[in-house]
Amino acid sequence: MARIPILKMGAFLLVTIQVDMHDRLALTLQDDLTTRIVADRAHGVLIDISSLDVVDSFIGRMISDISKMAQVLDAHTVVVGMQPAVAITLVELGLSLEGVRTALDVERGMELLRLQVSEG
Amino acid sequence: MNELRPLTVSLKTSEDVVRLRQTVRERAVEIGFGLVDQTKLVTAASELARNTILYGGGGEATLEIVTQGERRGICLTFSDRGPGIPDVELALKDGYTSGSGLGLGLGGAKRLSNEFNIVSQVGAGTRVTIKRWR
Repeated sequence: MARIPILKMGAFLLVTIQVDMHDRLALTLQDDLTTRIVADRAHGVLIDISSLDVVDSFIGRMISDISKMAQVLDAHTVVVGMQPAVAITLVELGLSLEGVRTALDVERGMELLRLQVSEG
Repeated sequence: MNELRPLTVSLKTSEDVVRLRQTVRERAVEIGFGLVDQTKLVTAASELARNTILYGGGGEATLEIVTQGERRGICLTFSDRGPGIPDVELALKDGYTSGSGLGLGLGGAKRLSNEFNIVSQVGAGTRVTIKRWR
């Protein structure tokens, strides 16, 4: 089964979601991320959703779960690259993604993570 | 282009959800929906399709191009022969879930659509219809 690649970028991990996710893939991603955060002692996770033209509550739930799980492991999560139409739709859908910060792109996302990490 | 003919697809696996999203997107583009409207419709379809599979035990979705005078739109119907919803009003409340979801699917699909209708009978099944107009 295909897996979503997780890239190490210094103290952070980058996950780029490019395909329509089905349940098993989403669960595998969460498992893989947990393992990698611990193994790499990552301080943060960047979830790149710039390729997603639809984010429904299933994906929203996955992002939220990743964020909570990362938090337990003392890592921050930033979602980057949300498409405008997706942002508008998420608001109307009522998906709040509480506790999940967002940034326009990977660069700004990493800046945000560095800031959060230095604030302790 | 047989765009006026209703299209029915089976909803049993999460791959079916992916396929349905693509089909809805294609049709929405065909009849000229703007990007935001497309996204809202596809997202609503995704929510309802997942519900059909997760709670309804699988079912089917029908896509129809509809017209009302000058305007055109897309009508999507999601039906299953699952357990049915005992309390529809409760099910529509944000945050309510009988499973492990976020509880946003039904109410969310309603908010994302111009028209929304739900018929459900315990022991018989559920049918949700949404429409988005151009």
